[in-house]
Amino acid sequence: MADKSVTVDAVVVGAGPAGSAAALVLAKAGRDVVIVERGPFPGAKNVYGGVVYGRVLDEIVPQWWTEVPVQRWVTRRSTMLMTPTQALTVDYRTSAWDRPPYNGMTTYRADFDSWLAGKAVAAGARLVTSTVATGLLRDADGRIGGVHTDRSDGDIRARIVIACDGVNSFLAKEAGLLPRTSPAHTTLGVKETLALPREVIDERFGLVGDQGLDIEMVGCTSGVPGGGFLYTNLDTVSVGVVVGLTGLAEAKIRPEELVAGVKTHPAIAPYLRGAELKEYSAHLVPEGGYRAMPRLAIDGMLVAGDAASMCLAAGLWLEGVNFAIGAGLAAGRTAAEAIAAGDTSARGLAGYRRQLESCFVLADHKRLRNAADIVLADRMQRDYPRLACDFVEQVFTVTNPHPKLGMAREFFRAVRLNQVRLRHLAKDGWQAARAFR
Amino acid sequence: MSYADVSFDGRMATVEFRVGERAHITVDSDICRSCTTKDCVHACPAGLFVPTTDGGILFNYEQCFECGTCYQVCNSDGAITWTYPAGGDGVVFRRG
Repeated sequence: MADKSVTVDAVVVGAGPAGSAAALVLAKAGRDVVIVERGPFPGAKNVYGGVVYGRVLDEIVPQWWTEVPVQRWVTRRSTMLMTPTQALTVDYRTSAWDRPPYNGMTTYRADFDSWLAGKAVAAGARLVTSTVATGLLRDADGRIGGVHTDRSDGDIRARIVIACDGVNSFLAKEAGLLPRTSPAHTTLGVKETLALPREVIDERFGLVGDQGLDIEMVGCTSGVPGGGFLYTNLDTVSVGVVVGLTGLAEAKIRPEELVAGVKTHPAIAPYLRGAELKEYSAHLVPEGGYRAMPRLAIDGMLVAGDAASMCLAAGLWLEGVNFAIGAGLAAGRTAAEAIAAGDTSARGLAGYRRQLESCFVLADHKRLRNAADIVLADRMQRDYPRLACDFVEQVFTVTNPHPKLGMAREFFRAVRLNQVRLRHLAKDGWQAARAFR
Repeated sequence: MSYADVSFDGRMATVEFRVGERAHITVDSDICRSCTTKDCVHACPAGLFVPTTDGGILFNYEQCFECGTCYQVCNSDGAITWTYPAGGDGVVFRRG
């Protein structure tokens, strides 16, 4: 079939944020680049859990905020510690996030991913949708030299393959970079998007204009390690959970029941009253972070985005799309230089990792490499939200004619009540301080 | 709206699926019969794995999210063969 194959400088697999960013850079460098996307349009297979942080776009789309398909700008961010009947919320809002260049946005991935892919196409990249890259093409020496696709005229020969094919990355697996399964490092996100009139969302969440809210929750997943989220779109609200696969399988609880648990929680249910389900969705999240990342550059191939486990799931910070874009940009630059220099071997592509280390992509991952373990540990998931809620409840409960106990005694009472050991509390506090330093 | 207001079928009916002719996921029920945990039955967010009375698994690929949960939680080698649907087929998220 070699006679029917197409030959290009670079083939990018996956028109998600990583792939489109890489293709955009290559096209701008004058390279012949094809993006292969298995969905009927970019974003059709993609789901995210709350906020896209746009500053990484500064370098490729000046004033991106004037044209990006945003739902709402996140000006209010809440973190909730929950038990089945209690919720302690830390709520932050600022007008600084309500003006350019903004901080975070909510969006629909069908819109956002299509927009970014459109940028790559405008720069000269060729986007081929409804096409699966079914495997790696190798030359006589076994070196990667393109991809097979499921089209009849199917092979695409290229000097470099950039695998941005997502969390299940069959290309990275075929290249021997990723294990076939890694349930301990993978979480499942399950989401419901519910319609409410725009004015109702504004009123219920205290928002004006295109302001938005993002809530992250801990302690709302029936003991399955993970968390919940709720964020506002223009006239819908998205609510869901992200839970570890190992814990989910052990608990034998259905994912949609966990979402139902969040939706019916007394702190969340009033927000969603009367809302109508518009779409149910699910997606895996690679949460292994720095310690689970594969080799990022081998002879003839780079890996970026979820395929390289680049989601940052560090409790306070839950970011993925920006990391995918950052990695895609670095992959595109590296590939363009390597093609120009005529060396797309692992050695010729070594600059990729260096670029990632010198920007947020690997710097943040390295700094926060132990954070996920702490956030998903049993005590952080189960005991501490209860402890915090009980402490606050006691402090604010007036028990006249008894006098107030005082903060210190209330705290130790809550510690005793929840059978938390001070030794563990001190150790976990120390480890958390180190992990988030 | 309470959870009970939407049946599981009603929930799945909100999702667009362009169903292809080829089953992109196949299950070897002979292997499943010796599996004691059947984690796929509980974990699949689309509820596509149904235990049969003879201890096997009945699988329906048509409403698959293509998430990968089933093969990740499966602890029996070779029980679940997992590929993507043909290009353009399968789930289409509009508000993902």
